[in-house]
Amino acid sequence: MHILDNTAVELAGKIKLGEVTAVAATEAVLARIEAVDKQYNCYVTVDAEKAHGRAEQVQKKIDRGELTGPLAGVPFAVKDNMCTAGTRTTCSSRMLNHFISAYTCEAVKNLEAAGGIMIGKTNMDEFAMGSTTETSYFGATYNPWDTRHVPGGSSGGSAAAVTAGECFAALGSDTGGSIRQPAAFCGVVGMKPTYGTVSRYGLIAYGSSLDQIGPLTKDVRDCAAILQVIATHDKKDTTSMKREDSDFMEALKHDVKGMKIGIPRDYFGEGLESEVKEACLKAAGVLAAHGAQVEEFDLGLVEYAIPAYYTIAAAEASSNLERFDGIKYGYRTADYDGLHNMYKKTRSEGFGPEVKRRIMLGFFVLSSGYYDAYYLKALKVRSLIKKAFDEAFLHYDIILGPTAPTTAPKLGESLIDPLKMYLGDIYTIAVNLAGLPGISLPCGRDRGGLPIGLQLIGDCFSEKKLLRAAFTYEQAHGVFPPAYAMSEPE
Amino acid sequence: MADIIDDQTVEYVGILAKLELSPEEKLRAGEDMSKMLAYIDKLNEPDTEGVEPMSHIFPVSNVFREDVVTNGNERAEIIKNAPGVKDGMFQVPRTIE
Repeated sequence: MHILDNTAVELAGKIKLGEVTAVAATEAVLARIEAVDKQYNCYVTVDAEKAHGRAEQVQKKIDRGELTGPLAGVPFAVKDNMCTAGTRTTCSSRMLNHFISAYTCEAVKNLEAAGGIMIGKTNMDEFAMGSTTETSYFGATYNPWDTRHVPGGSSGGSAAAVTAGECFAALGSDTGGSIRQPAAFCGVVGMKPTYGTVSRYGLIAYGSSLDQIGPLTKDVRDCAAILQVIATHDKKDTTSMKREDSDFMEALKHDVKGMKIGIPRDYFGEGLESEVKEACLKAAGVLAAHGAQVEEFDLGLVEYAIPAYYTIAAAEASSNLERFDGIKYGYRTADYDGLHNMYKKTRSEGFGPEVKRRIMLGFFVLSSGYYDAYYLKALKVRSLIKKAFDEAFLHYDIILGPTAPTTAPKLGESLIDPLKMYLGDIYTIAVNLAGLPGISLPCGRDRGGLPIGLQLIGDCFSEKKLLRAAFTYEQAHGVFPPAYAMSEPE
Repeated sequence: MADIIDDQTVEYVGILAKLELSPEEKLRAGEDMSKMLAYIDKLNEPDTEGVEPMSHIFPVSNVFREDVVTNGNERAEIIKNAPGVKDGMFQVPRTIE
């Protein structure tokens, strides 16, 4: 067995037993990046020297018995919108090309404290605005399953890096599906926790009431292990929740007896590819065979999630991205005439087209005269969507459906028509509006060999139920192998 | 509702967003926004009479903590990122004529 074939938890177990070392694991990952990243472009920045040094330190601590957790010695990747002291954080934007934060994001800090070794920063849609990782200033990331296709987005670099064997696990962020959808397209596990579960301190904000950090991993156990480490209460983030039930690995039980699973009919209608539909219903059948009670129901309001989301996210983004003005950090235009001209030219040259599109929409819906008709209306519809979920969770433990209506589209297909790209977020977006936890896990592959993602949605704070159901499915079916294991014989 | 995006509106939104757009970009921005807003107009379908707007998932009000400094002096690391620095301070274009 090649060292890269281990999951994160398996690797840490072997390091603990002295079978392999954190240094060897880090070197294997770095060698893998060297060999294939030119092809996939998962990383914006790889800090090999720093990772190597970290690995040596961590190994010493493991040897001394100071680090004993299930992730000690595991090399991981971080989406490039999480600040990391000493390593640049670009948000895949020209605006932050050379930005080096003075502090480290809380989630990354937590993973490092657990013995994780940060390998580098992964590519993403610029400022997390996009569903394909094509809007990056540093060029697109390619799907390791088939490089003619996108990896999904915005955490496309993280998802692709996991399935390409360029890290053992990764962190992503999810504002409207940005962890779950690339996880689905790349055939890995991705979870967006309940809003407030993971501190957003050090996460460069896009839509503050929607953003949440979460894991992208090879299997469900790794997902639980990482969530357990990053789900901490943080005073530096006022929306951070105190949770008493963060022992998520406890939830990994091969048992869904009596669990009530609802399948929204409105998630299986028009626009859903038949292969995706069949794979998801088959997965529901597996859970039913293991004792879950599965039935169909009408969730309602599904078609209003996308317009509500794009209004709210754009409004929040327009405010959050005001800080990029060429003064304290980031890009500044070379030639300008006075302060205001400097602001305008800096922002026009520093932001890409998708970012400009969204912040302009945001300013419009917040502007006097249109605020009530658009922004306020969207917030009211958000209330209704939350209520629809509340109602559903009176009857069901979990809602099951596809993560995305299709498998990964071809490169270049999505950006021609932004609205069409936005429609691909139909199943993931309402989860963010309602603050719910959602997990995507592989449940099959289409005729072209591209992975299909199954999404499980739970009520607020019900991550354990999601993990239990996901784990049960994975145990019953067997873990889906990553792309690199499928494409290269040992 | 969505046919409100004329050249003047694009100009105005550009000012709010502090963006300088080329004539082609303005044209595209107007088209994109009109298309998007036409789609967003769907929000008028559900009845929201008497519904409270939800800006946040949890009913948390202000969260307070003592204003205590916990980080050290990071001045050097912070100023390193500035595009213009003079005498250890941010250098900005002239703001008062």
